[in-house]
Amino acid sequence: MTNRRNVLKAGAAAAGALVLGFPAIVRSQSDKIKIGHLTPLTGFLGALGEYAVMGIKIAAEEINRAGGVMGRQLDVMSEDSVNPATAATKAQRMLERDGATVLMGEINSASAQTIMQVAARNKRLFMSIGARSDVLRGKNCNRYTFHVDIPVAVMVNAAGQALLRDGLVKGKRIFSLTADYLFGHDLSKAAKNFFAANGGTHIGDELVATDVTDFSPYMLKIRQAKPDLVATNLAGNQVTNFVKQYAEFGLPYAIAGFNLNTADAWAAGDGNLAGIWPTVWHHELDTPGSKAFVAEFTKRHGKPPENHAWIEYVSLKIMAQAMNATKSTDTDKLIAYFESQAEFDLLKARKGYFRSWDHQLIQEAYPFTVKPKGQAKDKWDFLQFGAAVPAANQPLEVINPAKEQNACVF
Amino acid sequence: MQLLFLLEQVVNGLVLGGYYLLIALGLSLIFSVGGVVNLAHGAFYAFGAYISLEIAKQLGFGPSVVLSPVAVAMLGILFERFVLRRFYTADPILSLLVTFGLAMVAEQLIRIVWGAAPLPASMPAGFKGQVIVGDFLFSRYRLMLLAVVAVVLTGIWLLLHKTSFGRVVRAGIQRPDMVAALGIRLQPYMTAIVMLGVGMAALGGALFAPITIVHPAMGAEIIIVAFVVVVIGGLGSFWGVVLAALLVGVVRGVTIHFAPAAGEASMYVLMFLVLLFRPRGLLGERIEKFE
Repeated sequence: MTNRRNVLKAGAAAAGALVLGFPAIVRSQSDKIKIGHLTPLTGFLGALGEYAVMGIKIAAEEINRAGGVMGRQLDVMSEDSVNPATAATKAQRMLERDGATVLMGEINSASAQTIMQVAARNKRLFMSIGARSDVLRGKNCNRYTFHVDIPVAVMVNAAGQALLRDGLVKGKRIFSLTADYLFGHDLSKAAKNFFAANGGTHIGDELVATDVTDFSPYMLKIRQAKPDLVATNLAGNQVTNFVKQYAEFGLPYAIAGFNLNTADAWAAGDGNLAGIWPTVWHHELDTPGSKAFVAEFTKRHGKPPENHAWIEYVSLKIMAQAMNATKSTDTDKLIAYFESQAEFDLLKARKGYFRSWDHQLIQEAYPFTVKPKGQAKDKWDFLQFGAAVPAANQPLEVINPAKEQNACVF
Repeated sequence: MQLLFLLEQVVNGLVLGGYYLLIALGLSLIFSVGGVVNLAHGAFYAFGAYISLEIAKQLGFGPSVVLSPVAVAMLGILFERFVLRRFYTADPILSLLVTFGLAMVAEQLIRIVWGAAPLPASMPAGFKGQVIVGDFLFSRYRLMLLAVVAVVLTGIWLLLHKTSFGRVVRAGIQRPDMVAALGIRLQPYMTAIVMLGVGMAALGGALFAPITIVHPAMGAEIIIVAFVVVVIGGLGSFWGVVLAALLVGVVRGVTIHFAPAAGEASMYVLMFLVLLFRPRGLLGERIEKFE
């Protein structure tokens, strides 16, 4: 009788544990290196977050298959960061209860900012992977955060070089549309500086709320202004909606923009996209590393990787390299390693490194445009990528803000 | 010149209003007859867009716009029969919660089936481009869209006001008890109304797919605008919804003309003002069962 009762009790306890999950307890018994990974999986950046998780998973599996880091397996705990407040709560919980050694991820600049504060408070490392706002690596920078994606100044320079080459800036009348939040305003400021420095005249800058789906009133305004170039500082879904409707209205003015993720470009649909845009990486880069990554990703998911899949992939590889080199997961040792400006393979022609005084990864960027009609082999193939910026004979740093332009002090 | 341009924005706003109308009218009908705020209405709009893309791959753009709403209307039968029907007489908060939950389930379902990444969609090349009337700029596609809306609108009006079906539905809005006392079961009528409503939402989805981004959260985006239109227009009023949709379009366009950053906020300010002075909405009728 007692025996039977004990079995029942144990069974109930086991079932209870299964239902509740107890992730922290189960995980703490293993000898894995745990990585707290937060990225938006819902909301207006959710599509990009899906690519991000796909990318970091491939990196984790490759590293673990090759024996892990210092003989220990990596355990990447990916969760939806939802919004800035939830992102901070989850980051704190991952460090405190789930046993995360470092934090990685994010695309939303506002969420990245709150996670940065959690990292600083806990004196732990945060690798901010996909957030591009200038203030994160400028005014609000901190010693515990490293930034992998390019800042807005680099995006403006990358597309800007192509615009200069095509004679679309000097002496031209330029009309802008700007996403009405932190990132858009940053982008607009950098773009205005660029146009002013290169002899363009800015004839208008219209703010666009982030939830705008219909751009028709703006189309009328653009036609009224009769610009030589429409330059957009939009974000996420806005860009796709804008280019679709620009094609719908058939306006004749040249267009360009300083932010367009490949996933949003693909979503524009056949014959809708035009103009010059920047990117941090693309799937047609002719390097052995990129080719292998694209092949592996395409094999798994039946579509080529987007820039957010790539950036998460290389970020985990960078983190693994740092842990292997320092033989440690200690925050201070990792920071010292990154600040030594050690070089990392980014699957690009040139290697990259973190700048010691603002923790920004210094790397190549690329402009892209659209292939002439009829040249695309499939629905992923209509983008035409340009040569790396800066050119091979220039140092990588020239497209980044210099120390006197960037307010970062640790 | 400036005045002329403002007028152009007003006319463009009217076109945009037609675009909102397809979604709002169905929401209003279901609301008026069943007393249910169908927060899952946006999900049918999204399904309409996604299914039309699947059909377009096989049969082309034209058939996709016709067949997708039909398919979604069939889905509407199941929705009415197994979900909505249980809540006509229940506390409204219950139907609100159920349809809200269903909207989230539907969004996640789209994510699972089609992925989180937005899908490419485009229209036949011949539909692209501008039409200039006087000095006013129009998109050719939107003018066609407006014609479709006008046809649908006329059809619905005739159905509601010139057929015995419509008489029962209109009587059902005001006095469901009297309709029942006359020996008429309202349920089949309700099924038909839900089919019509979600079918219109799906038609909207199929028609807007070429000009807006097709992604899992598109339903959640449109439901807010549709809801605002219904509230401004007033319950139970066909013309109230029409008027409100056009008004929201015009107010948004004019606001973007003067203060672009406030464009999206303008419709909420409009709703606030209308409710302040006319709590039942612009042309809302007094409906006994909701008092």
